[in-house]
Amino acid sequence: MSPPAPDDVDAPEALAAFRAEVRAWLEENCPPSLRTPATSAEEVWGGRRATFPSDDARRWLERCAARGYTAPTWPRGYGGAGLSAAQARVLEQEQRALGCRRPLVSFGVWMLGPVLLEFGSDAQKAEHLPPIARGEIRWCQGYSEPGAGSDLASLQTRAVRDGDDFVVDGAKVWTSFADKSDMMFCLVRTNPDAPKHAGISFLLIDMAAPGVSVRPITLISGSSPFCETRFDGVRVPARNLVGTLDGGWTIAKRLLEHERSVISLMRDAAPEDTETLAAMARRCLGVTADGRIADPILRDEVIAADVDFLCNRLTLQRSREAAQAGRGPGAESSMFKLYGTELSKRRKDLRVRLAGYQGLGWDGDGYTAAELQVTRDWLRSRASSIEGGTSEIQLNIIAKRVLGLPD
Amino acid sequence: MTFLLSPEQDAIQRAARVFVRDQLPVAHLRALRDAGDALGLSRERWRAAAELGWAGIAIADAHGGAGLGVVELGLILEECGRTLAPTPLLSTSLLGAGALAAAASPEAATILEAIARGERLVALAHEEQPRFAPYRVATTARRADGGVWRLDGAKVAVLDGVAADHLVVVARVTGGPGDRAGLALFLVDAGAPGLTVERRSRVDSRGCAAVTLADVRVPATRCLVGAAPGDGAPTGADVLDRLIARATAALCAEMLGGMQEAFDRTIAYLEERKQFGVPIGSFQALKHRAAHLFCELELTRSVVRAALVAVDAGAADAAILVAAAKAKASATYVDVTAEAIQLHGGIGATDDLDIGLFYKRARACELTFGDAAYHRDRFGQLQGY
Repeated sequence: MSPPAPDDVDAPEALAAFRAEVRAWLEENCPPSLRTPATSAEEVWGGRRATFPSDDARRWLERCAARGYTAPTWPRGYGGAGLSAAQARVLEQEQRALGCRRPLVSFGVWMLGPVLLEFGSDAQKAEHLPPIARGEIRWCQGYSEPGAGSDLASLQTRAVRDGDDFVVDGAKVWTSFADKSDMMFCLVRTNPDAPKHAGISFLLIDMAAPGVSVRPITLISGSSPFCETRFDGVRVPARNLVGTLDGGWTIAKRLLEHERSVISLMRDAAPEDTETLAAMARRCLGVTADGRIADPILRDEVIAADVDFLCNRLTLQRSREAAQAGRGPGAESSMFKLYGTELSKRRKDLRVRLAGYQGLGWDGDGYTAAELQVTRDWLRSRASSIEGGTSEIQLNIIAKRVLGLPD
Repeated sequence: MTFLLSPEQDAIQRAARVFVRDQLPVAHLRALRDAGDALGLSRERWRAAAELGWAGIAIADAHGGAGLGVVELGLILEECGRTLAPTPLLSTSLLGAGALAAAASPEAATILEAIARGERLVALAHEEQPRFAPYRVATTARRADGGVWRLDGAKVAVLDGVAADHLVVVARVTGGPGDRAGLALFLVDAGAPGLTVERRSRVDSRGCAAVTLADVRVPATRCLVGAAPGDGAPTGADVLDRLIARATAALCAEMLGGMQEAFDRTIAYLEERKQFGVPIGSFQALKHRAAHLFCELELTRSVVRAALVAVDAGAADAAILVAAAKAKASATYVDVTAEAIQLHGGIGATDDLDIGLFYKRARACELTFGDAAYHRDRFGQLQGY
């Protein structure tokens, strides 16, 4: 079965018809209770131990999964809807227009899926993609290690072939939601004698296997989804090797590109806070007789941050249009990771300064939940330009791969 | 699609790139500067550009133009920005022609046709303050016998004012400086009695004039747009706002071309220049600065393009996007060119290299139609901050 030529489905009339069809489907199938922004506690992550904030949320996931809308651009045979990039954009626009929540928040859909489609065997795609799309299996990412941060390729977690299995020993750190996930896509060293980039493999590990242990990490902002994961003689079936033995670095880098795009797209899609910076400034600083934010210096900071936010959003839009014209995420995803996180830090820092003493609250009486969130978000944001590749690593990537500057 | 060029737009830009490279390289600006050229541009090369359709690109077909928008004009200006090409695209093809197109007189139509042929230059004499302040106009227009207008006042920073065959003068009919209401646009010939046009030499070597009007007589037919024409017709301030919005967006396109060129030249230099036995572009301290500039440039490109498209579409958020674009482009152009000098080292600070010319042009563009602070404030004001 070959997909229809892109020209057909992406023709303006075809897209308009598709838009009408999608809108009607969403109107009929998205429960009204799910047409409001989700708090982080209301997000649906799926997995064997999935929790749903409501029956509606469960129904919404089931309906979307049945139609392939949890992974719209994946082939139908693997649980997707087989949409073109332009159609997926229409779907996203219509969901946004109606205020529909994401049916599923999933590292499997965003990160693992795309690389399995590119590098996985037919058997691996058939085994792993459909449960990801249905939200049945939740995945976490095993990349960083206590001794391998920015220098990720120096990772030391060992996988040694033993019969039909690999035996894995080592530790991963910053594994988001490792304590709630069913499986981990993991970088392991399979050849300690090769140059560091050439001895790494991409392995899929069952978190329920004997020898896996998980410890949550507390950040400066308090409790976090981050964990440290240890492997002590964990046996992993050899069929869970993705790509070639010792060829995992290429897959690892591609997955990072998807991760960076997703981080920036998510930030673009979600309103970062329920109260805009300008509204918060008006509330905290008061307004002048002619209705302007009273403090002219902080006002200029708010405006400058909003101008850059707009510019960043437009650049994401430009990149998406280029992608629809046929280019996948390339090195520019480093620019979005860099700029998005640096801008986010700037904006969250500004919020705390706008809040004044109420921005210093840690917990307990005297602070609203929203005020405490502003403070925690500010502290949490400091890690955003470190995780997923530091800002300095992104600058290195831009200098090398976009600007072509010499090593 | 907002950001991808149509095949026609792509063709316009490619043709402009070739023409600019052959006819208007940076050396052309240097030659005008070194000769102390009073006009600050070459009328001969402008006529050649007019044959490509530049002069009338935004003039209606009925008046001999191509009837295209600021997006297309911006593509040409972006290429001009790459070589700092001095052309009257902004002063004549956009501002002057825009003011004339707002008038319904047969004379305005005739002048528009001459502009489209590249034979006539027109400048907008609008500003009076040390920095951009669109409504702070003190030049007066008083009605005398026979419907004749009498203009008195002084104008500064008139772009291509020395070269212009006509000036479009913004003058106040009613109210006081700062009032938006009461402004009208008048057509004045370069040699009109009572009019003095003096060249002002500027860092960017572009044509610029100070203008004084001492009882300049203007017939009623040469009032292009009245202060209160009535019947819902646009007022002088309405037309002025529209002209400035279009010109600001178009100037941003020129700035984009200039910053891209300065950046490209800097990256090439980082690869070529060796110190300590290696290319200086291999030093992380310099790589990171270059990568930062790249990000700012890409963000600027997006907002400038979005502003141009919004202006042509008459979008509701066009004014906000223009303010954002000019705020961003002003800051980025100055940053990129200042960094370009530093990254070039000693040679970057000499007049032998072109980089300094881009830095000077960046400063002039920054201050034209309002600097970054002005447009950030406007961005906030338009949204009720």
